[in-house]
Amino acid sequence: MSEAAAAHHAVEPAESPLTPESWGKLGMWNFLAGDAMSFGGLIVGYGILRYSSSNWPVPSAVLGINLTALMTFLLIVSSVTMVKALAAIQSGDKPAFRKFMALTILGGATFLGLQAYEWTHLINHTLPEHKLSFSNHLFATTFFVLTGFHGLHVTGGVIYNSVVLALVNSGRWGANHVEIAGLYWHFVDLVWILIFTFIYLL
Amino acid sequence: MSQTVAAGATHAVHGHHEELGFWRTYIFSMDHKMIGRQFLFLGLFMLIIGGLLAMMVRWQLAWPETPVPGLSAIPEPYMYEGIIPPQTYNALFTMHATIMIFFVVMPIMVGCYGNFLIPLMIGTRDMAFPLLNMLSFWVGAVAGVIMLSSFFVVGGPAAAGWTGYATLSAKAAYTGVGMGQNLWIISLLVLGISSLMGSINYITTIVNMRAPGMTYFRMPLTVWSLFVTAILLLLALPVLTAALAMLLFDRTLGTSFFLPEGGGQPLLWQHMFWFFGHPEVYILVLPAMGVTSDLLSTFSRKPIFGYHAMAFSMIAIAFLSWIVWGHHMFISGMNPLLGTAFMMTTMVIAVPSAIKVFNWLGTLWGGNIRLTSPMLFALGFVSNFLIGGLSGIFMASTPVDIFIHDTYYIVAHFHYVVAGIIFALFAAVYYWFPKMFGRMMSEPLGKIHFALTYLFFNLTFFPMHFLGVGGHMRRIYNPTQYEFLQPLQDWNVFITISALLLGLSQVPFLINFIWSLFGGKKAERNPWQANTLEWSAPTPPPHGNFEVQPTVYRGPYEYSSPEVKEDWLPQDKPLAKGAAVRGH
Repeated sequence: MSEAAAAHHAVEPAESPLTPESWGKLGMWNFLAGDAMSFGGLIVGYGILRYSSSNWPVPSAVLGINLTALMTFLLIVSSVTMVKALAAIQSGDKPAFRKFMALTILGGATFLGLQAYEWTHLINHTLPEHKLSFSNHLFATTFFVLTGFHGLHVTGGVIYNSVVLALVNSGRWGANHVEIAGLYWHFVDLVWILIFTFIYLL
Repeated sequence: MSQTVAAGATHAVHGHHEELGFWRTYIFSMDHKMIGRQFLFLGLFMLIIGGLLAMMVRWQLAWPETPVPGLSAIPEPYMYEGIIPPQTYNALFTMHATIMIFFVVMPIMVGCYGNFLIPLMIGTRDMAFPLLNMLSFWVGAVAGVIMLSSFFVVGGPAAAGWTGYATLSAKAAYTGVGMGQNLWIISLLVLGISSLMGSINYITTIVNMRAPGMTYFRMPLTVWSLFVTAILLLLALPVLTAALAMLLFDRTLGTSFFLPEGGGQPLLWQHMFWFFGHPEVYILVLPAMGVTSDLLSTFSRKPIFGYHAMAFSMIAIAFLSWIVWGHHMFISGMNPLLGTAFMMTTMVIAVPSAIKVFNWLGTLWGGNIRLTSPMLFALGFVSNFLIGGLSGIFMASTPVDIFIHDTYYIVAHFHYVVAGIIFALFAAVYYWFPKMFGRMMSEPLGKIHFALTYLFFNLTFFPMHFLGVGGHMRRIYNPTQYEFLQPLQDWNVFITISALLLGLSQVPFLINFIWSLFGGKKAERNPWQANTLEWSAPTPPPHGNFEVQPTVYRGPYEYSSPEVKEDWLPQDKPLAKGAAVRGH
């Protein structure tokens, strides 16, 4: 329990709160529920458009799987380091926390770098069957919208995790904030697994 | 976003008790009560604009292509010496609905009363995330400014209807509106962010911050309704956001999500819009139901009839609202079998709604009714909701709907429900005005306001049923162009005169509101002798709300309890053993 939340609990008793350790945790769960609906809307829209199309290409043939598999692996590993970072700060081990949190941020940043490479590669491809432009086919449009919307979430997560690293390191935030950031990061990871499946594999 | 959540939590913890300057107190306030007042003023301002747009629509329908008085200064091509051209007519009804739904009912019922009442009614000091709360208002205000700015761009504001159906909305060439429709989309995207922040705040506050003793089933039904509404908002609006983003890409970046020539699906827009849109209807009406429940109990001096049934029926409505959206699309070319499924679910959702009406009647039955202004408006809401609910059963039925779809019957129906919410809205304004501003509103003016509004509301909207059954299509520019509608034209004139008088009937309210702000009788702490916690706080409540942390001993509807002499028993009043029993 963070210091701040503990103080709160002392001055203001409440009837059976769900997350007495911090309001922010429930706030984040709520945000993720809403965000899941926006991803859900986009993914269902993608599914309907693809289902009703007669000339949808085979994704793996156009996009390639190997690089994306590496990106997926990176993101999953960064979720693991996030768990390790939380465990470290909960046991008061700040150097380990710094190390694992920095690795988490690095994982996210590398993912973004690879995604930027993938996008430019596909946009500038010399072979017309691999070349994608945002508006020429819904296959390309949905690809850019879904991976782009997810990429924005990863970008937000990298910034968020950096703020958490800085503020926890300086002692202004506690383990509680790491846990909340972890919820967000695992969500972004989970959504990527869905996107990887629907956009690349199926 | 996420940083804000965490930062907000820290603020809630430390609180602000130092004296704040003008800007922090009135403009960038983080106090839930001030944010509530800000939402109220935003909503009332937009109500005037939305109402005036409706008057212009009505003028055109009664006296087509004649100059609207006083509007000859508006330049061509928007108006021709006061005459409304078809293009402008489309923009008028689009913006009327958009403003009324997103910038009047939502800011007032959810934004204002959600903010003002949730912390007070559950007995806590503020919202869980005050900073997020402030941002929610200001982001919403920016959305309002963007929406209003679309009146001043080339081509005028959006003109594809409030439902923005693709393909009509997906290409500028189809409505002739370029930037205006883009601004409409952007405004609703921005509003989506505002409502996301608001709903996160409401849910977290209600789940985590109820005063000791305030169990879920001791919460006033107003709080229950706002809780359920916040969950619907949280889950429904992101779907609209996703659809709006696709629509914006179609319009500006040349994609074809909704354009068949590029392989897109126009029906996809309708499905996504109504998947949001039907929960949206309940987002609008549930707080009105909650407020009405509280007021009917208070002014009947009786416990609410069937408290648990009232709470569970709201949960049932919220659940069912996710699986009825197809009833807006019976004639869209959807699979008829699917239509039958949607017909059944829609019929089922009438059951919890009917439970609520019966329980309201049960609450009134044998009560010691006090016909104050708020009570009159609450009763007005019940009676109008009943009419709107019953006409809803007709259009839920696919065969009937195929006949009345897109006619004035539909217009009559949703105005009885959605415009009927204005009665609950006024009830809430009259009822909580003393707590919000520390002064009472004038009762005689309130009663005049009610009598006129109730009369002209029904004279305006009831005859629309006749027009609809007569085949009068909605959204047509000039009904006199159709031979079969010419015999009905007198009804259009009658409706327009009633609507103009309905507009004029709001003048007593405006006078009453502004006059009472400064010159109303000073309000005491509990002027209505009500039980809920907000009446235990000082009037108006200071920053931090309560002098001492309230403890809750009972539910909110202990009126005429035999345990006390008075006919009310506040939720936070401890009763000693052997307390005075009302004797005979």
